[in-house]
Amino acid sequence: MNVTVGDTLPERSHTPDNVQLMLYNAALWNGHRIHFDAPYATDVEGYPGLVIAGPLLGDWLNQVVEIWLADEGVLTSIEYSNRIACYIGETLTAGGTVTQVKGKEITIEVFIKNESGEIVTPGTARARING
Amino acid sequence: MSIITPEIQAAIGRSSDPVRERVTRRDIRKYAVATGNQTAKYLQGDVAPPMFHVAFVWGVVPLDQLTPDGVSVDTLLPKFPLERAMAGGLEIEYCKPIHPGDWLTATRTLTDVYEKAGRSGPLLFYEIVMLVTNDKQEVVIREKTTRILR
Repeated sequence: MNVTVGDTLPERSHTPDNVQLMLYNAALWNGHRIHFDAPYATDVEGYPGLVIAGPLLGDWLNQVVEIWLADEGVLTSIEYSNRIACYIGETLTAGGTVTQVKGKEITIEVFIKNESGEIVTPGTARARING
Repeated sequence: MSIITPEIQAAIGRSSDPVRERVTRRDIRKYAVATGNQTAKYLQGDVAPPMFHVAFVWGVVPLDQLTPDGVSVDTLLPKFPLERAMAGGLEIEYCKPIHPGDWLTATRTLTDVYEKAGRSGPLLFYEIVMLVTNDKQEVVIREKTTRILR
């Protein structure tokens, strides 16, 4: 795998629905109502809809890197922060750009952006290329 | 004047009781499906995808210990003077792969609490480091969570 600073990862979009969000939180055993109880999320907490769980967005950052690496490298670390809340009905797009290459060690600035193009979840991933 | 009380200061360095659990193929498969993963080795549960540990270590607490909004109270944390959570961050190091049948132990430690001046008042930051180790005492995952309260 030949990696150069400035290389961009193929973007990948997600439009999670209620079922996926419910299954995700069930897999975690997360009973937070803002993720499945729409009247509670909107009327009590004042959100515009059901809130997409923050670590699900984080997971998609991992996935977009792994899909790009395929079998030619391994993800060694990732850091990210959830900056802007996202809701069911939104389409969210994961992507990234290689910012550093040191031998086999590479650094990728990754992001999840919403339909307005705002970066909702920025992050940094590190990977090691095989060979 | 600092908002970090002696009680909060004293809680820094406190660790949770270790939680030991066995990884199952079914748990890996559920996680992979729920996250929209398309990679066969994860969907088949042969190996765990990144961030599977988030589901694996999530606390399983009795219903009567959940708050009315369905959240489990983190007993590692002291009582903080600020309660409104702002954006937080996660740093994860993947040290060893996770396979079905592995017994893993997770231990969380409150490693730091500090304050900064925000535009509309003080901000309180806290950091929790979680180590996930295998039965050979090797670190499998190292994770640091930073949360901000205002």
